[in-house]
Amino acid sequence: MVDVGIKLALTLTQIASVMGIVLLTVALLTLLERKVLGWMQDRMGPMEVGPYGILQPVADGLKLFFKEDIIPAGANRIMFSMAPVLSLVPALIGFAVIPFGPTWNVEWFGVEFKPFVISDINIGVLYILAFASIGAYGVILGGWSSNSKYSLLGGLRSAAQLISYELNVGLAIVGVLLLSSSLSMVTITEAQTGGFWRWYAFAPLPFPQFIAFVVFIIASVAETNRTPFDLPEAESELVAGFFTEYSGMRFAFFFLAEYANMILVSCVATVLFFGGWDAPLPFLQFHGSLEHLEWLSGMFWFTVKVYTFLFLFFWLRATLPRLRYDQLMRFGWKVLLPIALGNIVITSIMAYIFS
Amino acid sequence: MVGLDLLAEYLSKYSPILIFIVLALGFGLVTLALSYLVQPKYPEAEKLTTYECGSEPFSDSRMPFPIRYYVIAMLFVIFDIEVIFLYPWAITFYDLGIIGLIEMLIFIGLFVVAYVYAWQKGALEWD
Amino acid sequence: MASLVFFYFASIILLTASLVVIFRNPVYSALSLLVMFFHVAGLYVTLHAEFLAVVQIMVYAGAILVLYLFVVMLLNVKREERFHGQTNVAMGLGAIMLVESFLLMLQGDTSWLSLEATPNPETMAKGNVESLGEVLYSTYLFPFELASLILLVAMVGAVILSKKGILESKSS
Repeated sequence: MVDVGIKLALTLTQIASVMGIVLLTVALLTLLERKVLGWMQDRMGPMEVGPYGILQPVADGLKLFFKEDIIPAGANRIMFSMAPVLSLVPALIGFAVIPFGPTWNVEWFGVEFKPFVISDINIGVLYILAFASIGAYGVILGGWSSNSKYSLLGGLRSAAQLISYELNVGLAIVGVLLLSSSLSMVTITEAQTGGFWRWYAFAPLPFPQFIAFVVFIIASVAETNRTPFDLPEAESELVAGFFTEYSGMRFAFFFLAEYANMILVSCVATVLFFGGWDAPLPFLQFHGSLEHLEWLSGMFWFTVKVYTFLFLFFWLRATLPRLRYDQLMRFGWKVLLPIALGNIVITSIMAYIFS
Repeated sequence: MVGLDLLAEYLSKYSPILIFIVLALGFGLVTLALSYLVQPKYPEAEKLTTYECGSEPFSDSRMPFPIRYYVIAMLFVIFDIEVIFLYPWAITFYDLGIIGLIEMLIFIGLFVVAYVYAWQKGALEWD
Repeated sequence: MASLVFFYFASIILLTASLVVIFRNPVYSALSLLVMFFHVAGLYVTLHAEFLAVVQIMVYAGAILVLYLFVVMLLNVKREERFHGQTNVAMGLGAIMLVESFLLMLQGDTSWLSLEATPNPETMAKGNVESLGEVLYSTYLFPFELASLILLVAMVGAVILSKKGILESKSS
């Protein structure tokens, strides 16, 4: 019984720290995005709140928290309040299976415990995919319940976009699963340790998954509703898309969900294609007498990789214009889908030849 | 009783996920509730109207929409099921050998037939 | 403990499944169906059918229910009133069925009522998806290929059913 109590306490600590780090990273990203966009456009970005504007996220958060939450007349009140939560929860719980550092089995007070992954389930990858598909409900219901034409149109467009690109995400990862023979995020990472030439995006034999990675990252950008695929919130035509009518904390939740999803897909891309916490060159990992600090370098490389992907998201936003809706659907169904399918066929044939 | 040990280990892997889901839901609901308690509430008829570029909203906003969205959703259901068949195959690929490869090539072949059919019939066209 | 978990999932499934037919607003019905799918998935997890649990969420909650929601919005149904004239008949029939199932339960073999899952150590050690894959792509090879044929037929059906609609809105 004591065992269960300790286990529970450890798990709760883990979950609280992961959720805390994710929410802090979201706050940091809102600032970073504006800074990076600013620098790319030869501006300074936010400068007023605190030195170099670093307290801007705090100010934004406090403002949104204390703002009036308007429920428009004719809206479905229950659905209108539920939709932001339905959107945020799937984005947060995906982090339960991400390995942030090396696989360690620590014994604390007689309880086996893995400090860097909340739960290593056998179906980790599918768990994330399954909950990513639930994110569409927040968007659809948010758009539908607002009783506004822009919201409804934005919600529908968004839902169709999400399901179209989800298919491509699902197809793009099959190659990696085939090479690693596992659905567990921990096992997939461990199969790639030893340097960047063993990461699935580059591993020359049997077949590098770089094409699959490109498909995955494009589809992920579309799934997180980021530019150039930010059709759901196309300002120039739909005001703000499915959250036109939202204000205050509920609006903040949709925002949180979008950024948490960005972090989540960056983590998934890191784990599936870029070796997770593995250092790009073996000597960059702590060895020998520093073995017990291996987790530090592991977490460092994981963070570096995730932030590289996050920077890519900002870079895309600063560079590319928005697609038209018919272009978006055509691209997803007629370009990405055949490429992802072809990748599966070629990977399986090559894997058979080299096995 | 090897089976029961494995069973306990298996369930102990899923309990953190259940706790995480409950905590995430709780975080969402509690934050919304706290914000509701501290925020000002001054509803006005004008403020509560939905946004329509400044003009008064006319007609019910929950209008019917094009059937294409429905077609996309239907195609998605079918393709999604096909993709799900690929996962158990992918992770047992090295155990299945040549038979696994050939049967999956047949499966993907039929997938492609369905895909080409939908393309040719214009179900993937948007405009 | 196991039976506690089972009764939690089972009672929520029963409750939400009834709510699906009781709610008159179809969007509420769809949402309670969503909650039900999650609990069915939970039940699958306790039965070691991890893969089925995930498929339950991915296909039913992530794809089919989205399709339902699209239909509800497509038709713009506000309240479903058509089938509420049958309440009395339905309740009568339901009561008869309930009594019948109770009688059958009392009479027959009740050993299946045990709530303990009996895991197979071999499959548990290997993992649910791996075992499933090995069986599905060797022993049940033919049904599997048949499934792909059925999906092809479903695709043809979906395209033909909706084609009229596409052509109509194209000309307008």
